[in-house]
Amino acid sequence: MNNSLVEYIMHLADNSLIHGHRLSEWCGHGPILEVDIALSNIALDNIGAARSLYEYAAEIEGNGKTEDTYPYFRDVRQFKNSLLLELPNGNFADTIAKCLLFDTYQFYFYTALKNSSDNRLAAIAEKSLKEVTYHLRFSSEWVVRLGDGTDESKQKMQNAIAEHWEYAGELFAPSNIELEMIEQGIAPNIDALKDVWQQKIAETIEEATLSFPLSNEKGWFQSGGKKGIHTEYLGFILADLQYMQKTYPNSEW
Amino acid sequence: MVSKEKIYSYLENVSDPEVPVLSILDLGIVRDVNINEENETVEILITPTYSGCPAMQMIAMNVKMEMLTQGVKNVIVTEILSPAWTTDWMTESGKRKLNEYGIAPPQNKSNEYIPIEDLIVPCPICQSKNTSVISEFGSTACKSLYRCNDCLEPFDYFKCH
Ligand SMILES: [Zn+2]
Repeated sequence: MNNSLVEYIMHLADNSLIHGHRLSEWCGHGPILEVDIALSNIALDNIGAARSLYEYAAEIEGNGKTEDTYPYFRDVRQFKNSLLLELPNGNFADTIAKCLLFDTYQFYFYTALKNSSDNRLAAIAEKSLKEVTYHLRFSSEWVVRLGDGTDESKQKMQNAIAEHWEYAGELFAPSNIELEMIEQGIAPNIDALKDVWQQKIAETIEEATLSFPLSNEKGWFQSGGKKGIHTEYLGFILADLQYMQKTYPNSEW
Repeated sequence: MVSKEKIYSYLENVSDPEVPVLSILDLGIVRDVNINEENETVEILITPTYSGCPAMQMIAMNVKMEMLTQGVKNVIVTEILSPAWTTDWMTESGKRKLNEYGIAPPQNKSNEYIPIEDLIVPCPICQSKNTSVISEFGSTACKSLYRCNDCLEPFDYFKCH
């Protein structure tokens, strides 16, 4: 049972870590200073949430494991983040589209996780929800600003949402581990969050004068991340993230 | 063995590394102090402000250093996540010190949502209420950036959380 719980915590932590890492790549490259600072702040919140989760996993596993064991010493196939989060940042609209889809998901997910039968996860959810509320406001406002902006910004925002849409479905498709956790009252039923998520996204897209991506008739979406089957991008992220620890194992500063 | 009151008086000397005019008591992050007479250990319970706030590690270290200076050797700093920290826990004297330092203190309670365009944040320099938000995210996780339309100075706002 503990084994499944650790696997589940790892999936949540990996989502936050990889999203945070991607956003941190904007540091020093934001289109304007305020956006640069905002994206770095949001990256920090996500990496902070990942730390709380890895730390919890390390406590359960014991055996000399620490919060650093998981991000630095696992390989691509052991990471269980959703594919959406490892996609390259692309242009600013691409990043904002990814943030809108994920922030909205996290908002409803953490709201539900606050009621987890696992007290520690409930506490992490309570803390993270406050932060995600800011993230969601930031990404939603930018979708509206770009969508209802110039012809060029509108086109880029529309393309960005269309391109990321097919990766969002995986967030709501429970893996075997998630099903087990849902059964035990530890995880919220993510499948049930999809409607309210979609409705909220639709409202934002409408306010941004954009059109809603055509939903795929067969409900097909890109998936694999939760099982450890990733796009080629994750390996490059890990090469960057793990370089120092792989070169000088367990080095400290 | 040292008293709880004494420990609190020592904690008054530990400041927030990012806003040095505030002690960690002003900030409201110290939740409790447990004194264990048997093994002569003092446990200090602290709530982090923001998840990724790099100041937390420094605060924990500064707490230990301060206790050591005061002759309290066995100190454990424990982080607790729930209930989550809120700016409501910041003391009134803390808010006053912030304002004098040039950072506008939180204006509302954390459970009352005020849309950012309706929130009035007085300028800490000239007290004018004619100010506007430049960026919701500021130089640290806890702040937003504002500008005063009267004295034209930019200033930080310690946002409500
Ligand atoms: Zn002023």
